[in-house]
Amino acid sequence: MRRFDTYGESLPGISLEDLSGWLIVIEGTDGVGRTTHVDRLRRHLEEMGYAVAETGFTRSDLASRGIRRAKQGNTLGSNAFNLFYATDFADRLEQQIIPALRSGFVMLTDRYTYSLIARAIVRGADADWIKQVYAFALKPSAVFYLRIDVEDLVPRVLADGGSFDYWESGMDLPMGEDLYESFTNYQRRLIQELDALAGEYAFTTIDATREVNDISDELCDRVAQLLARGRPAAAS
Amino acid sequence: MTAVRTFGQSPGRYPGKLFIVEGIDGSGKSTQLALLAQWLRSQGHLVVYSEWNSSPIVRRTTSFGKKQKLLTPTTFSLIHATDFSDRVERDIIPALKAGAIVLADRYVFTAFARDVARGVSRAWVRSLYRFAVVPTLAIYFRVPLDVALYRILVGRPKLKWYEAGMDLGLNGDVIESYKLFQKRIQDEYERIVEEFGLAVMDATRPVEIQQRALRQLILPYVRGERLPEPPTHGSPILALPTHREPAS
Repeated sequence: MRRFDTYGESLPGISLEDLSGWLIVIEGTDGVGRTTHVDRLRRHLEEMGYAVAETGFTRSDLASRGIRRAKQGNTLGSNAFNLFYATDFADRLEQQIIPALRSGFVMLTDRYTYSLIARAIVRGADADWIKQVYAFALKPSAVFYLRIDVEDLVPRVLADGGSFDYWESGMDLPMGEDLYESFTNYQRRLIQELDALAGEYAFTTIDATREVNDISDELCDRVAQLLARGRPAAAS
Repeated sequence: MTAVRTFGQSPGRYPGKLFIVEGIDGSGKSTQLALLAQWLRSQGHLVVYSEWNSSPIVRRTTSFGKKQKLLTPTTFSLIHATDFSDRVERDIIPALKAGAIVLADRYVFTAFARDVARGVSRAWVRSLYRFAVVPTLAIYFRVPLDVALYRILVGRPKLKWYEAGMDLGLNGDVIESYKLFQKRIQDEYERIVEEFGLAVMDATRPVEIQQRALRQLILPYVRGERLPEPPTHGSPILALPTHREPAS
């Protein structure tokens, strides 16, 4: 019985039969509160009695260390970074996501291929090319896009940690004379690309400028509704 | 800024030249390329050598993945593409811009042959490498499987897990698995030669005869008397120049 499909390519040696869990993706740019909402969602679902697993960028056994090393020196080519992230994603898909779905877990994913596609496009990659690279990815059960404008994002990032992250400001490009300028220009472009992907891949968009409790209530409700419909139906 | 606007680029875009050799293990391509490099240098050319799997950053991850047997066909393919992309951006394109003759021991076709032998789809792996620079000339060293296997296996080598294709479970015996895997790779290479119009060298001939033929083959391109021909067939994803034998 097959409940999940990919975006066109199969994964050699990996069966997609009998994946009975749910794949829930939280998308959104840096500083929008994804981590908070993934945590809250996890607690909520566990209280409801569901088994929950989590994954996020650069958490693969295979590539996480290499990516960290490469980020420290900015010594890796820009397109090589795109592919290094794809390697990290593929490893997590095969080693974390698919096994969790096979065990019937709710797999919460802090960003998915969409953010990786967006960051590659902003760095000049051909859009059709990078989407084709990720054609082996599973289509998630649902994608929730925490959406915010860059004007609302800036004060939030400053209030949280006080400074802009080098990579999340696109300083490898860079896109402005200083961190602030580069951050706003980079994030504006990134949000533009995510908006475009939101239409193309039918995300559920959630206004992330609201009160944090309102957002997590909405997320928990929506996910609970999805789960209440029962395990994903087998696609014939 | 290193923007990735190099897709499907033509070889005529840079003043340098890019010659690449392909073939199964034991086809003798590395020996021939080393001799060619030496000769070109002695002729006063600026020569840059580029090897498969050599990006300093990515190589550590690849070797970690291989040692720990973490790699699946998909991640094996992606990590090698990552390595290759880094080399294209950091080594190959700058050298071509500087007008050097770049010699590459294995190129995208190694991935096309090997990854497909592992079960990755042909269309996907061709698309994955669309960022590659189109070579001035790609040369395939054709050799019967028995000859290549003999050259490799006579030294009683310690074949590595992935090298022998043990991850595919074709055969529990390393040597037997290696043979079956090499056969699959060779079959893919033959398809690629047809699809992309690679120049073919008869790699059963004596080394010095092959070397003479190789020099004759590339010389017109080095002198600029002969330009890569526009692709007439081949994959629409990575369009490569077609090589045709000069009319004699």
